[in-house]
Amino acid sequence: MFSYYLDLALRSLRRNRALTALMVLAIALGIGASMTTLTVLHVLSGDPMPGSSGTLFYPQLDPRDMDSYQEGKEPPRQVTWIDGMNLLHAKRGDRQALMTGGAVPVQPAQSSLDPFYSDARYTSSDFFAMFQTPFKYGRGWSEADDDARARVVVISRTLNDKLFGGKDSTGQTLRMKDTPFRVIGVLDSWRPSPHFYDLNMDDYANTEEVFVPLTTSRDLRFDHNGSTDCWGTGGGDEEHAETQPCVWLQFWVQLGDAGKVAAYKEYLTHYSQEQKQLGRFLRPVNVRLPGLMEWLDINKVVPGDVRLQTWLAFGFLLVCLVNTVGLMLAKFLRRAGELGVRRALGASKREVFAQLLVESGVIGLAGGIGGLLLAMIGLWLVRREPSEYAALAHLDVSMLLTTFLLAIGSTLLAGLLPAWRACQITPALQLKSQ
Amino acid sequence: MDILPILSTLRRHKITAFLVIIEIALTCAIVCNAVFIISQRLDRMNMPSGVDEHRLLDIQLADIGATSDQKSRTLTDLAALRQIPGVSQVASVRQVPFGNSSSNSGIKLDTTQKSETLSATLYSGENIVPTFGVQLIAGRDLLPDEYLDFDQVVRAAAAKDAKSMPHVVLITQKMAERLWPGQQALGKQFYISDYPLTVVGVVKELIRPSIWDESAKSYSMILPMRMAHGEYVIRTATPQDRDRVLAAALAKLKEINPHRVVLKKRTMDDVRHEFFQDDRAMAGLLVGVCLALLVVTALGIVGLGSFWVAQRRRQIGVRRALGATRRNILNYFQTENFLLATIGIAVGMVLAYGINLALMVHYELPRLPAIYFPVGALSLWVIGQLAVLGPAMRAAAVPPVVATRSV
Repeated sequence: MFSYYLDLALRSLRRNRALTALMVLAIALGIGASMTTLTVLHVLSGDPMPGSSGTLFYPQLDPRDMDSYQEGKEPPRQVTWIDGMNLLHAKRGDRQALMTGGAVPVQPAQSSLDPFYSDARYTSSDFFAMFQTPFKYGRGWSEADDDARARVVVISRTLNDKLFGGKDSTGQTLRMKDTPFRVIGVLDSWRPSPHFYDLNMDDYANTEEVFVPLTTSRDLRFDHNGSTDCWGTGGGDEEHAETQPCVWLQFWVQLGDAGKVAAYKEYLTHYSQEQKQLGRFLRPVNVRLPGLMEWLDINKVVPGDVRLQTWLAFGFLLVCLVNTVGLMLAKFLRRAGELGVRRALGASKREVFAQLLVESGVIGLAGGIGGLLLAMIGLWLVRREPSEYAALAHLDVSMLLTTFLLAIGSTLLAGLLPAWRACQITPALQLKSQ
Repeated sequence: MDILPILSTLRRHKITAFLVIIEIALTCAIVCNAVFIISQRLDRMNMPSGVDEHRLLDIQLADIGATSDQKSRTLTDLAALRQIPGVSQVASVRQVPFGNSSSNSGIKLDTTQKSETLSATLYSGENIVPTFGVQLIAGRDLLPDEYLDFDQVVRAAAAKDAKSMPHVVLITQKMAERLWPGQQALGKQFYISDYPLTVVGVVKELIRPSIWDESAKSYSMILPMRMAHGEYVIRTATPQDRDRVLAAALAKLKEINPHRVVLKKRTMDDVRHEFFQDDRAMAGLLVGVCLALLVVTALGIVGLGSFWVAQRRRQIGVRRALGATRRNILNYFQTENFLLATIGIAVGMVLAYGINLALMVHYELPRLPAIYFPVGALSLWVIGQLAVLGPAMRAAAVPPVVATRSV
């Protein structure tokens, strides 16, 4: 029966090409626009650490003085050197890392390459294990390297390609800021997006090219990039950043289960009380421990424009669907005579209804294919935009399926009313007027 | 034109008429808001900066190795840059308007105040006023003997040495109005932490490097601090000189010290272009969607119009046979479309207002100006009339003889 209906649908669609093209075009435009924006939204609000995001937490403390104190306000979004080091050395989590961003001058050994600045991450050793960074060659450094302020470096795959022609460069020397570093690891392609572990950069920034121990970076006074918030006597003096009343570091901790999370929160409270007794903290205890996804939410990582665009695209789809409902209604009612004959020959209302729905389904499928093409063009246009996140806009399998489900689903929905209306035709009346 | 027969016909085609109305209403609501957002973005992109943008260059350098005497090197660089033909002013600065990297500080009018009055950007660098081309509207520029070295100020702040902190400041007109509404700002004092600053001059406008809050976009102050961080702003004699001066400046700086990396080399126009790139992309996308929406709506009207005309062929033939002119038939369909469009527009206005309210809550957009309603209505009427013209002309062409045929 289905193949017969399909045949009927194709015949009917062929009979009135202009109207069919108009309907398919409207659906395709609507679907294309919604899928483009939905894909961008999907990519941007995705989980940067699938599988382990539930175990990653970002502790927040309030070490500021009483100036401008307001109860219930969010604590600073970064930590001071002293607190960061205390939490790091306390080792209360399964893994923990203290880090910040910066830029380092890289001096290639080959004379053909001019020195250049690379984005760098200064971090303690657990970073690699905690964030499950894939290694192409070698490995990360150890806690002993942190303590020894070792001149070791992990570089990205792109930097390795640029400097060492993609070969295993572990053991080689890399000069940065006139200091020789030993390459101990090369990361494979790794770009968690959003750039969750440090949202002071662009939210969808590329992964850094250079990773060195935090202690080493301070030893060599590597430049710090990102935000520094100070209070009291703090003036952002880079030379003495360790003792300044400023927050400029990110601290992440991995906690395996809910029990550990509760225990860690208690530990943070206890730590704050202790610091208050010591006179370092002045404000009432205010600790928070958001998880990774919650942290992205708090920071409003998904750009407002992208959400707005998605709403707009769905509004557009709605108009396209209303348009299709109207056109289908026109089309079906125009065939009242034909449908009347079918009804008179014994087809039930149900069968006529099914036949008409198959016809709308065909339009939906065609519109879906057109929409997919338009979405691909749309995403290509998005990728040409200058934003950092633009390059991420690619269609994945789940979005591909969504496109067709959305296209066929919405067209079937749009076909319901016209099909139902067409079924209401009284066969006798139609036959008489012929 | 008698509209009663039209209404009675429409009553027989409730669903189709309803769909046309809904489509026009949705289009009207979405397009009104989209055009409003576009105009907001365009306004934002044209935001005045207060500096002589077309004549400014921004260069930033960074050392490869450990830095030796930055202060004397900066003086050498500045002197060399001044020698380049076509250069009118040079300054070593900490940040530039629309540069995205900013240093901000909370301001208090009284040290006992519990929270800050406002937060403002701290511009610094010797010779910044003539170099940026900022317009001084009251008071005077900062004097050479008032300048302190930035590093010295940082050390003084750490040591709580109030004497070695800057004492005078220039502020923007907007900031002055916010701090002392309706009063003369010259000679007044405010505080950064506990350090008092006296306003000695007011500039017309100086936009901040990054803008989080549109209402605070002009809260900038200029402090007498000498910078030696390797960022230079050059003001050229004419806009045409920029490319040549930029190339010459880079060559000169490389010659002075090749052990440096150029981080930024751009014109102020580039800086503005980059700063507003997301707004530009958004405005472009909205324009595209609006056009697509209007086209889809127009095509929908054409499609339904054609259907109606085909359905009423006999009826039209009868009317023609009974003496209706072609013009009567044409007017009939035009009036019908006008009626539907009017109802659609009325519903659309209410919807537009509702969407605007939602946007005001979630996206901090201002209220939709009233002018959008008549303009939106007019454009939809025009589009509706244009779309229905084709089908209506086809209807008018139906010959009276159709009435006599049985099918």
